[in-house]
Amino acid sequence: METLEQIKARLEIALPITRLDILPNECPAGERSLVVNAADGFAVAKFLRDDAQLKLDYCSNVTGIDWPQATIKTKIKRKVSVEGVEKEIEETIETLRSGHLEVVYHLYSMELKHGPVVLRLRTGNRTDHTRLPSLTPLWRGAEFQEREIFDLYGVIFDGHPDLRRILMWDGFAGYPMRRDYVAPDDFEYEPTPHDKVLEQAKKHYPAEVKAEAKTEVKP
Amino acid sequence: MSATAEMPPKNFEVKPKLDASGQPMGELLEVSMGPHHPSTHGVFRMDVVLDGEEVVKLKPVFGYLHRNHEKIGENISYLSTMPYTDRLDYFCSMTNNWAYALTIDRLAGLAVPERAEYIRVIMAELTRLQNHTCLIGFFVQDMGALGTPMMYAFREREKILDLFESVSGARMMCNYMRFGGVRVDVNDAWLAQAKKVTNEYGKFLDEFEGFLSQNEILLARTQGVGVIPKALAVNASITGPMLRAAGVNYDLRKVDKYGIYSRFDFRVPVGEHGDLYDRYMVRVLEMRESIKILQQALRDIPAGPFMDPKAKLRGFRPKPGEVYGRIEGPKGELGFYVISDGSPNPYRYRIRPPSFINLTILEDMCLGHKIADAVVILGSVDIVLGEVDR
Repeated sequence: METLEQIKARLEIALPITRLDILPNECPAGERSLVVNAADGFAVAKFLRDDAQLKLDYCSNVTGIDWPQATIKTKIKRKVSVEGVEKEIEETIETLRSGHLEVVYHLYSMELKHGPVVLRLRTGNRTDHTRLPSLTPLWRGAEFQEREIFDLYGVIFDGHPDLRRILMWDGFAGYPMRRDYVAPDDFEYEPTPHDKVLEQAKKHYPAEVKAEAKTEVKP
Repeated sequence: MSATAEMPPKNFEVKPKLDASGQPMGELLEVSMGPHHPSTHGVFRMDVVLDGEEVVKLKPVFGYLHRNHEKIGENISYLSTMPYTDRLDYFCSMTNNWAYALTIDRLAGLAVPERAEYIRVIMAELTRLQNHTCLIGFFVQDMGALGTPMMYAFREREKILDLFESVSGARMMCNYMRFGGVRVDVNDAWLAQAKKVTNEYGKFLDEFEGFLSQNEILLARTQGVGVIPKALAVNASITGPMLRAAGVNYDLRKVDKYGIYSRFDFRVPVGEHGDLYDRYMVRVLEMRESIKILQQALRDIPAGPFMDPKAKLRGFRPKPGEVYGRIEGPKGELGFYVISDGSPNPYRYRIRPPSFINLTILEDMCLGHKIADAVVILGSVDIVLGEVDR
């Protein structure tokens, strides 16, 4: 198979792409991945699927990842000359990573038996810009996996034919795979006359449930 | 975005069939099959819309066993996840262990010793034998052959589970493989017993096939039913025996050659029509190939260490990076995608469950068939709900 640099060069010629990065991977056995803007995601994926040299007809795995806002510390060694003597000093650089959700596609070719090409799409943030193009019209294998990411991470896939919750029940609030999700103590809460349970439940339930619980219990 | 031929069916409206004068011939019947139904292989539900006996719409519903396995995996150390992988597909804990161990081997750059590679192949092929045997037992039970073929299948499975129990201490939840090797070594008595089971297995398969392969009921119920076209099978990421029954020669043991599979002489059975009979036959032929691999592995297994001395089980902190590892499980491609951030827990731990993704085109396979066929079609997918729901 072509190297990722060759694929990138051909993509840049074929399509008007605003951003196309190769994400490094320090793990020796792992693959580096292509990062594209959400707006270009569908066109890039279509190119990768239909290109005669790549023919990535098999979308093996779709993964959602949550990256909350964080400061990343990276250590960099650099040489400085202090009073004419060269010294190597280690510096820590802090960079702010803005929070976003990420969807990773592992693409293989069943016909040519090569792969993977790893494609990453990122949302704008974690709250109100969580839309990404759905790749289900290209690979049906992504249908349930994208539904799962919608269910557990809250990424909204534009163009998905049947975007519903899949593992959690309908009417469930929240996205349990996000890193800041806090699970309630008890999913099947009903008001009971035990003060201790009521006090515990007050922390987790909205105001009307608390009010309801108060009226029902008469100690 | 243009709609392509592969665009999946939407949550469409269905109407009853019309007679010659244009009046509806009857009413549609909505049936909620499951979650507790003998044919659903666990807690799984199908919302089926029927026109007479014909399926006109079918939506699978799952999540009843959902425990957010991936979240659990992110909150515990790398090694602690190993026993949890047993619970994914509880029929094939050995291959689940291997897929996870292989991924972490690649993440940390561990070299698995020769003997451990052989042991892993032996365990995986024994798992494949017992999984396919049981599946065929369930499959014919879904067709109405109550009990007897399944009992024959379970009798043979028990012999393999005895082997697993004597080496790992547990019949089904083996928790046997480790990063860079396996947990305990096997001894000569175990290998002799494994040889005996393997050599006798062909005889059992002959007997089993004699009952089933030419059976008139099985032929009538399976031939031409639940056909998957080749292009759709590839596009919908179907893997495992279901894909090969549709005529696509794609077996990761040949494509990726993970472990030491390049050393063994075996063939990949490929179907022609993509119907239920081909799926049954591909599994039977795969078992025969597994026996060949087992005989070669049991003959060639060398002496030596069974763990990489560099492998660290406690305080294991791989360098930051990410890796996707996959193996050919009995149900299809089982993959693990792990992102490490240098801490003792994985940052992201994702499982690519084969039976979950193979269910994607359940509706396509069932449309236009009778409700009784939908049961058999589901049986042929080979699902385990521990893995579908995670």
